Formats: sequence, structure tokens, C-alpha cells
Amino acid sequence: MPETTAARTLADLAHEVRAKNAGPFWVTMEVFLRDDEGYRIAADESFLDERVIAELYRVEASTVQIFRIPSLRVVKISFPRPVGQGSLRDRDMHAGQHHVPLARLPVTRPERA
Amino acid sequence: MRNMDSEPVQSVRVLAPSGMLGAGWDHATVERGIALGADVISIDGGSTDSGPYYLGSATPKTTAKAVARDLRSLLTAAADAGIPVIVGSCGTSGTDSGVDWVAGIAAEVMAEEGLDLRVAKIYSEQNAAELKEHLNAGRIHPLPPLGELRAETLESCTHIVGAMGHEPIVEALRAGAQVVLAGRATDTAVAAAYPLMKGMPAGPTWHAAKIVECGGQCTSDPRAGGVLATIDAGGFTIEPLAPTAACTPRLVAAHMLYETANPFEMREPDGTLDVRDAKYTAVDDRIVRVEGSRFHVADQYTIKLEGARITGYETMSFSAIRDPLILADIDAWADLMRTMITQRVGQTLGLADDEYAFDLRLYGHNAVLDDLEPESGPPREVGVMLLVNAPDQATATAVAKVANPLMLHLPTPGMNYLPSLAFASSPAEVERGAAYEFVLHHVVDCDSPTSLFRREFEEETRA
Repeated sequence: MPETTAARTLADLAHEVRAKNAGPFWVTMEVFLRDDEGYRIAADESFLDERVIAELYRVEASTVQIFRIPSLRVVKISFPRPVGQGSLRDRDMHAGQHHVPLARLPVTRPERA
Repeated sequence: MRNMDSEPVQSVRVLAPSGMLGAGWDHATVERGIALGADVISIDGGSTDSGPYYLGSATPKTTAKAVARDLRSLLTAAADAGIPVIVGSCGTSGTDSGVDWVAGIAAEVMAEEGLDLRVAKIYSEQNAAELKEHLNAGRIHPLPPLGELRAETLESCTHIVGAMGHEPIVEALRAGAQVVLAGRATDTAVAAAYPLMKGMPAGPTWHAAKIVECGGQCTSDPRAGGVLATIDAGGFTIEPLAPTAACTPRLVAAHMLYETANPFEMREPDGTLDVRDAKYTAVDDRIVRVEGSRFHVADQYTIKLEGARITGYETMSFSAIRDPLILADIDAWADLMRTMITQRVGQTLGLADDEYAFDLRLYGHNAVLDDLEPESGPPREVGVMLLVNAPDQATATAVAKVANPLMLHLPTPGMNYLPSLAFASSPAEVERGAAYEFVLHHVVDCDSPTSLFRREFEEETRA
């Protein structure tokens, strides 16, 4: 990969990528895309689907829910919290920092042949 | 008091000063909401979001002075305007002691301000024995991702609350309450109660209640103050209380995503809010109109239960590493630490692996995301937190003390001398007391919206 162009990530296409508890047993994340082109990329199932989330967060793909909301240019992702809120292994009480693996997801440049 | 009876109205204005009682706001924003014609003030006093400790121990997250300050702002403004104040999930988790705690603060504020408002307390704490009868009758059902409830789980909880809908609050208002202090209530029921009582339609009311439950979160400047929602037969409009802030269709629509697993539907005790067809339009550059929200009444009325129990007692120890030689091999160092702690605890305390548990967290390296951490490479410095959980406090502290020489001197596998690491405090160990976990995420079928809740009026306790 050439050194001159930094690899693009989902975060580069978004105003904001955020995560938060949705009650004690679920975590939910939203990607707010900057423009229609960014939304087209992020909402494309061949780029981001339940399987990709399952790999990023080491959860079962069947438990992942993805909502694509074109009117808001938002892709929203929810899945059961892998670690119980407040348990000994919970290092993120509000799950508010767990957007980072999603935000860093590399975006391949669209083909413009 | 105006509008306390059932006389028909064209619209109802709900003032939501903030997302949480005790968070603080500029009193001028409340005055502005009153000037705009607020019919009711509603505010959430709690949440599960800060973790199971607050419910498990029945301890408020907020400090009494902050709650007093906020109640003073609301009660004086509401008394002047002759409108009711509704507080939900009192004391953070909505336990009975949380309701009494807020009621005590409210009584002090009213005495100091010379106010004589009629206060209703609604208790939502549940007892395990009664819930077991519901369980045995097949009336308790799990919500995903949890499974079927077992009676032992109910018995293990230190506190259980049921999240009330709007009905117990409406009953209290109809009975003449000017201030309603509710135990655990759905975040939305607090704002929905008064408009529903005044006959506003359920779809726009519940949708508006969801949008206002975090105060100014749906505005361009959430720190500037809360919002005013005006609900009518056709929908609702929403505007910020701070003149400098704005609501835009995008901000308001986006708030439906916040802290909800499903952005289109939200279950309340008596049905489901459905915002799939909601249309958000700008009235001007800071006010938004929302129409098309629907509410589907459920076949079965359900109350959601929340419960927490003790998992053990915790002791924390915290040290730090700055030496690049150790940081270059930090994962091997941490693996060695885990092995050594397990060995030494076995040797000195005779504890097997299943008699205690610990979590070793490398802050500055991968503490927050653990094995999901995508970055690698040596960090500049690392805070090492050792968190021990054991069936009693003495054992947890004993484990942390056995680990103390390791937290001070453990080298990496490749080093042939003992480093001294940077403890953050003396003593290095901090006893955290009981640790809790949420164990209930279930609903109970109810014949009546008020059967699980108990109401008391405060006045007889005041001179």
C-alpha cells in the first residue's frame, strides 16, 4: 500500500460513530454518514453486514441487528452485550467506547473504471 | 391549579428541563418554558445506565445538594405557575428508599421556600415472594437475550423494581397530587402521563416523551438547557428552552436512535410506539413538527422488571509502568502476572481458581477494548489495575495483598533483575465493597396497570 494515501475508514465517511448501552443487556452503535455517497458505501450489505460485525466484536452473527435509515444517513447496529454491565470483566460501563473497532473498519475506494 | 380535571384541551405542553434530576440547568430556561405556556414539568430521576450498583445497593448516583438545587428550581417555578411536577425513577434506580430520599429533599426545599404542594409518592419495589407466584402462574416472560426466569434468581436479588407506565402517575394526578415522585418508571411514562390524562393521542405523546426524556439531547446545544414539547391531536412540536439552541428535523429524528436497540419501535407497558412513518419537518430554524407517530395497543399489559444481586466483594489495586523495557513486552508481562497471581494465591491462601476471580487491566494498552483492541505497538505508559472478586471482602483483599509484591516488582520473562513499578497510592489496595450484576430483563403480565405499585400522599407527615 502506498505510504502517501492513508487508508480510509468508516470514521472518515462519518460525522460521528458512537456506541452506548441500550439497557443493561444490549449495546447499540450508530454511524452518522456525512453524505449520500458515504451512506451508500456504509449501507452496502457487501461491505457491512451481520457477519462483519460478528467478526469485529466476536459475537454470534445471528444476534446482530442492523438498521439502515437512508433519511438520516444512518447505519445502526445492535447486539446483546457480550460482557454483563458492571460485571468483573466489564471495562466499559456505558459501552461508550466500543464504537472504535467499527469506526476503524477500512473502506475500500469505490471503483471508478 | 389549572387543568387538573378532565376538561378537554387542544394541546398539552411538557417542559423537560434536563435528562436527569440533579444534572443541573440554568433556572432561566425553566422560567422560559413556563412563559411559553408549559402545562407540566417532567423529569427522569434515574437510569440503569450507570450500572447495577445503584439498584443493587439502593444508593442514588446523584448527590443530595444537586437534587435539592434542581427541585428548588422546579418546585418554585411550578408553584408560581400552578402546574404539576412529575419525577420518575427517584434515587437513580427507583427503589422505595430512593423515592423517600427524594421526598425528604423535596420536603426540605418546600419548607425553606414556604411552599405547600401536595406530594404523592409511588413505590415500585417488588417482593420476590409475590413475583414467584406470578412466575409459577406462567406470567413472567424473558426479554432477549435472557432466558426463562428461575425462582432462585428472584430470591438472589437485593432489590427488584417494576417499571411503571403512565397510569399510576395519572391516578396520583387525578387524586390531586401537585408533585408526583415515582419509583421506577419507564423513561417515557414520566413525560407521557399528563398529556395522556388530558386526552392527547398515544402515538404523538409517547414519541414526544421519548424525544424529551434526555432533555436537550435532541438540540444543537444539549448543555444549554432542556426542551418544550407541545402535543396535540395531530402530532407534536418541539423546541429548545434556550433561545440560543435549535431543534432540527435531523437532530430530533436522530434522538430516536439514542440508547434504543430498535430505532423504529419502543415497547411500553400498554403497547408499542411505532415511528416508522413519522415525518419530521422544520417549523422554523429552531422548532420541529413531528407527525405520523403511531401507537399499537398490546393484547397483554406487561411491566418490565429490573433486579440486581451481589456477585461478590471486590478489592482493587492500581500500579503503573513507564519503563520502555517492560512496555516493549507488556503482553508477556501481563501473562506472567496472571500466572504468578494464581500460583501465589494457591500457595499462600489455599484458594482454588473457582474460589475467587480477578481481572488484570492494562490501561494505556488495551484495557478498554481488551481482545477487541485493534492497535498494537508499545504504549508510552500503562496503568495496571488488578480487580479481585471473592465471596467476601477479606478474601478479595487477601488476594490483592498477595499480588502486591508482584504489582510492585514483577519483571518481564526476559529481565534478569527486579524493577520497581509505580503504585498510585498507599495502601495500594482499595476495598470496593459489594459488587452487583443485573439479572432481570423480564416482563410480568398484569391485569391492572397499577396493581404492582403503591401510592402514598406526603401531607400527613408535614406539620
